[in-house]
Amino acid sequence: MAKVHVTTSINGEPMEFLCEPSDTMLDALRGPLALTGSKEGCASGDCGACSITLDDRLICSCLMLAVEAQDHEIRTIEGMAQGDKLHPLQQKFLEMAALQCGICTSGMLVASDALLKKNPEPSEEEVRFWLAGNLCRCTGYDKIVRAVMETAAEMRAQ
Amino acid sequence: MMELRYLAPDTLDEAVGAFAKAGSAARILAGGTDLLVQMRSGMLKPGVIVDIKKIPEMTGIEQAADGGFRIGAAVSGMALAEHKSFGKVWPGVLEAINLIGSKQVQGRASAGGNLCNGSPAGDSVPAMVAAGAIVTVQGPGGRREMRVEDVPAGPGRTNFKPGEILVSFTLPPRPPGSSDAYLRMIPRTEMDIAVVGIGVSVTIKDGTVTAARVGLGAVAPTVLLVEDAAKALIGSKLDDAALAKAAAACSAACRPIDDKRGTIAYRTKVAGVLLKRTAAIAAQRAQGK
Repeated sequence: MAKVHVTTSINGEPMEFLCEPSDTMLDALRGPLALTGSKEGCASGDCGACSITLDDRLICSCLMLAVEAQDHEIRTIEGMAQGDKLHPLQQKFLEMAALQCGICTSGMLVASDALLKKNPEPSEEEVRFWLAGNLCRCTGYDKIVRAVMETAAEMRAQ
Repeated sequence: MMELRYLAPDTLDEAVGAFAKAGSAARILAGGTDLLVQMRSGMLKPGVIVDIKKIPEMTGIEQAADGGFRIGAAVSGMALAEHKSFGKVWPGVLEAINLIGSKQVQGRASAGGNLCNGSPAGDSVPAMVAAGAIVTVQGPGGRREMRVEDVPAGPGRTNFKPGEILVSFTLPPRPPGSSDAYLRMIPRTEMDIAVVGIGVSVTIKDGTVTAARVGLGAVAPTVLLVEDAAKALIGSKLDDAALAKAAAACSAACRPIDDKRGTIAYRTKVAGVLLKRTAAIAAQRAQGK
């Protein structure tokens, strides 16, 4: 089968990869691109573990074909920290123990980051609704929601 | 195994040509939130995927001088939410589209896909029916227009002719005193499929309803336009008697299935209850309350 050559941008870097036409963006990230921070939970758009942004819009990478990345901008969890310096959300998730097993965490962080970019001052209800598409079976969500609220408050203060 | 080909044409004519040529093996890709799930589950093995998102007409939102809107078939719910005036004119259509799935899904999923997927429970469809939206479709035989309510043919099926592609929705200009609303009944608050969904659009002058349309979803093989409910509302001041008559018309229109989400009796009753609630919200909005 003929593979397709895709030229795109991932976390601000120009990137090329080969994929099958039926591969999802998640397949490409975790396969040829070796960016395994995005996780596969359900592969049907229900769990949010594979959350990325496409042209700054939050999406599930399992619901996007890899070939669609051509000439677009993808951002993943791997682009969140600046070198060794964690993003404030990542730091706060650690401090407030907003994760246990970690499978949902990269999706939670990418989704929360997308929320705070759009709305720097979300209410708790807005955080909970925004994260409705990110499932976590460990934390009961409360610590995650509190960590996002706390990060938002700190980022506003800076 | 048949090899999948991915095409992303820049023009509608190319898309229609490629789609028609590939026949039943072809699928249109807009947001992909239904298509990719169907492919992944093995339900569907398309030979050709035609991605329509490079076609400007498919991804644009335009407001005409008369106030009417034209929405490309592939416009995502999130893009519609970010439009500066759409949600003010059509809050019910917007809230319906933005009940579909998660924020991640809303970033991709389109009203066009929701309609073409043919689900009786698609959230945007009753709201579009209530809005009186007209769709433009293009196929090998040219362009034509259809009323939204005439598109679904049954679960998973549409009345499009072979090779036809949905291009856009046209929503009519709004007279003063007009608004709309959409409510759905689900057992949870997010991320679920409607047990009943209802869209109501009204125009109110001096407290009296002068125009109304009601779209009802998830209670029949297709989304329904409930003309008897609209008739009961028109000419009334939305008094209890008129609302009861409209609610009864909605319940009478139901031909639902029994499933794990709701029984026939439950869906039929809730259709009437939701009509009253949705009409009240639409009326409040129409009167600027």
